[in-house]
Amino acid sequence: MHELSIACSIIDLAAEESQQRGGVAVRAVHVRLGQLSGVVKSALLSAFELAQEDSPLAAARLLIEESPIVIHCAACDADTTLDWPREFESVPSFACAQCGVPTSDIRSGRELEVTALEIDT
Amino acid sequence: MSAHTRIVEIRTKILKQNDVAARALRERFESAGVFTVSFVSSPGSGKTMLLEKTLVALREQYRVAALVGDLATDNDARRLARSEVPVRQITTGTVCHLEAEMVRTALDDWSLEELDFLFIENVGNLVCPASYDLGEAMRVVVFSVTEGEDKPLKYPTIFNTADVAVITKADLAAAVDFDAAEALKNIEAVRPGMQVLTVSAKRGEGMIEWLRLLSDRRREARPAPDKLAACPTEAELRSP
Repeated sequence: MHELSIACSIIDLAAEESQQRGGVAVRAVHVRLGQLSGVVKSALLSAFELAQEDSPLAAARLLIEESPIVIHCAACDADTTLDWPREFESVPSFACAQCGVPTSDIRSGRELEVTALEIDT
Repeated sequence: MSAHTRIVEIRTKILKQNDVAARALRERFESAGVFTVSFVSSPGSGKTMLLEKTLVALREQYRVAALVGDLATDNDARRLARSEVPVRQITTGTVCHLEAEMVRTALDDWSLEELDFLFIENVGNLVCPASYDLGEAMRVVVFSVTEGEDKPLKYPTIFNTADVAVITKADLAAAVDFDAAEALKNIEAVRPGMQVLTVSAKRGEGMIEWLRLLSDRRREARPAPDKLAACPTEAELRSP
């Protein structure tokens, strides 16, 4: 459960950005969360609610966009988007959709970033 | 969004502070010529035993040290101190993983130039440590035969951030009907191409291959040239 410390980092980061803009109110924080980031969306949402109390972001919403895992196959020069880890029934496999050969070349899915803030004008 | 708000794009990594600290650590390790290996696993996988045997075996030829992370107690550090190499405990309190800054603080008064290997044992946890870079050159995920062949499928993220997998407690494999082929298949599914070793730290099986892997990886990482000149060669160290 490191979502609470991640939530605190999000608040610190957003508060710092708000300070740099003269202390404008932050209405929402947009976050991109890769499926391989090791952070669970629902846990992060509840952690954020807890962490934002009495913080400069007490009134802000957290909007999370999940990004899928994309792997690259050098032989086919093709990307495969993995539908995972949501499908717990299926065995996950980092294999190219075209040739079936496994690859560790991950192009996307590890994101853990604040992409944008909604602030008062 | 109301008429009175606007969106500003900032695109900042949430763990940028840790990333910055980890990058600084990695540069320090590289310029000091110390090869840093971290261990991640669930609690009770046998990583302290593996580390203890590794420290004892390596200290003959190399200058080694270890940092061990736990929520509480210095039991592991005391246990590892038996290996007679420098060991320091990082007690994280309620934090479920190590962060780069904790490693930096723990290393504060250590002279890294005097080390060949530094081992970092993370808190026993297969979830949270995945997100935190510690500046290590190699991350080893450890799991024991008693945990089941499907561990990689249950914790794919941590397996995916690791460079090498070590399956421990091989001496218990028969007792728990461990299916080695199934375990390898599962590791391959979530981390294609990852090197996997099977050891019994207690009995010694597989330990030679493990120690060889460590020294090979260290050599490939090429320590700083000035350090190579200053250090005795492995052959010199072996001869009395």
